[in-house]
Amino acid sequence: MITVEGLTRKYGTFTAVDDVSFVCQPGRVTGFLGPNGAGKTTTMRIMVGLTAPTAGRVTIGGHLYQDIPNPGRHVGVLLDASAQHAGRTGREILELGARTMGLDGSRVDEMLELVSLTPGEAKRRLRNYSLGMKQRLGIAHALLGDPSVLILDEPANGLDPAGIRWMRGLLKGYAERGGTVLLSSHLLNEVELIADEMILIGHGKIVAQGDKKSLLAGAKGSGTTFVTALDNQVLAEALQAKGFVVAGAGDGLRVETEPVEVGRTAAEKAIVLTDLRAADGGLEDLFLELTSDTQREGMA
Amino acid sequence: MSATTPALGHALDISTTRPTPFSRLVRVELRKSYDTRASFWLLMVIGLIVLATEVIVLIVTTVNDESIQFGDFIGAAAFMTSFLLPVLGIMLVTSEWGQRTAMVTFALEPRRPRVIAAKAVVGVLLTLATVVVAIVLGLVCNLVYGAIQGDADWTFGWAGFFAFIVNQTFAMLGGFALAALLLNTAGAIVVFFIYKWVLPILIGIGAALMAWFDKLAPWIDFLSAQNELYDWPLTGDQWAHLVVSGFIWLVIPIVIGVWRILRAEVK
Ligand SMILES: Nc1ncnc2c1ncn2[C@@H]1O[C@H](COP(=O)(O)OP(=O)(O)OP(=O)(O)O)[C@@H](O)[C@H]1O
Ligand SMILES: [Mg+2]
Repeated sequence: MITVEGLTRKYGTFTAVDDVSFVCQPGRVTGFLGPNGAGKTTTMRIMVGLTAPTAGRVTIGGHLYQDIPNPGRHVGVLLDASAQHAGRTGREILELGARTMGLDGSRVDEMLELVSLTPGEAKRRLRNYSLGMKQRLGIAHALLGDPSVLILDEPANGLDPAGIRWMRGLLKGYAERGGTVLLSSHLLNEVELIADEMILIGHGKIVAQGDKKSLLAGAKGSGTTFVTALDNQVLAEALQAKGFVVAGAGDGLRVETEPVEVGRTAAEKAIVLTDLRAADGGLEDLFLELTSDTQREGMA
Repeated sequence: MSATTPALGHALDISTTRPTPFSRLVRVELRKSYDTRASFWLLMVIGLIVLATEVIVLIVTTVNDESIQFGDFIGAAAFMTSFLLPVLGIMLVTSEWGQRTAMVTFALEPRRPRVIAAKAVVGVLLTLATVVVAIVLGLVCNLVYGAIQGDADWTFGWAGFFAFIVNQTFAMLGGFALAALLLNTAGAIVVFFIYKWVLPILIGIGAALMAWFDKLAPWIDFLSAQNELYDWPLTGDQWAHLVVSGFIWLVIPIVIGVWRILRAEVK
């Protein structure tokens, strides 16, 4: 479990992280979401003691990172996949990590296999790695010590679609086995698919947190529904009778309410629905809205 | 609360994890000192220069039919390595910063002074290895000299040997200290060579021009203080000079450098 309490980091007069508090639970993937420069990386760097906080603190499983002996065995960290010596081979980089943590050499081969780096690729020097290969190596490095907590900064960065799907499965499985995962991204779609819990940060401040459902429920203008019925006309009238705003959209209707209200209305009137879903982009709108400086104008 | 309550998984059980032993850090740092092309070739070049120097001394002395002692071979090698060992000390520190690997190193061992100490130990070990190479090659050269000239002089003063090791180690640590202070390869090399070549001249000029400075000079001239070691044993004054100037040129930069590394945001 990661506990962030009142974390603040100032650079001169600029506040990069502003009184941030949240908790990452074991068994769940927590997505840390925010636009460029929001303070995600800074927060994660403070977590592992690479940057000192101006105020507040982070504990991992009840300990300050600095107090964890051989921390690589407990906390897997990937902050910047290219922060490795360009002249070392991928294998050598993992080898150094494994030796520092006091692990068997066989662990290196296991990890290389896990992230699908071939023996040939593992022999190449890091400067000749593609972005995605560096990222895979970084993930392998984070997993080396079989940690129970993972802190990953934009782990999907540079991965191909198959790689992203693989990573999603990997992290989900990891959390299901009781691990704590915190991963950051500025891509909503990516996080939406992996994360059980989301923390939204903008300009150094937490603007929203919770699971996807509760976030959407709290969003302004949330609850736009697309619905298609066998008889759209009847459904539209029934909804309007209840006072909902209805408009035509493609083959169906766009209703300014929650899907549950639409479904209830349909059930009451015994109308057969062929499609019912929350309007796409609801979360994306929310994200942009919450993290935008010019909230209202920006959302017009 | 019963004693059999299973762990909730919220707390990290660190009771069975042993801290990373210092010896392991040293072994990892030693490996880092030769596992890239740049670091490997620096070590190779040091070895090759020792070899080349002693062979040239051998050739020149035999061709000119000059007499030479065992210790002279090593002295010549020591003169050459006193240029390269500081660079080794510098690279041990700065390769970590220039390549940003410090992020990984310090994430795996957040107690940063231990990492710096491990690097210093590696520097001393490599310096001692250089000393051994210089002595073994000097031995071979002197044997060859003896075979050619019919007679080898095995004089090798213990004072000279001791001074040689201390000199070389201080040279390496001098580079190490400046690198810790500046965290920049080029800067540390430039400052080191100013310290080694320009500063003694300035001290000489200053001492010649100003009587008070003449008195001060021995207290700040670390290189001269080290050279006194060749005339073992030292007087009390010489010891004091060595300690004070060594404090200025080794201890102060290392302390400030470590303080800086401790506070630094590792990017
Ligand atoms: N050493 C520093 N000095 C001054 N400002 C800094 C420093 N480090 C970070 N910042 C600023 O802090 C803010 C937060 O940066 P951070 O890297 O945490 O953003 P981020 O959320 O990770 O963004 P991205 O999605 O682009 O990675 C930025 O405005 C950045 O310029
Ligand atoms: Mg970032």
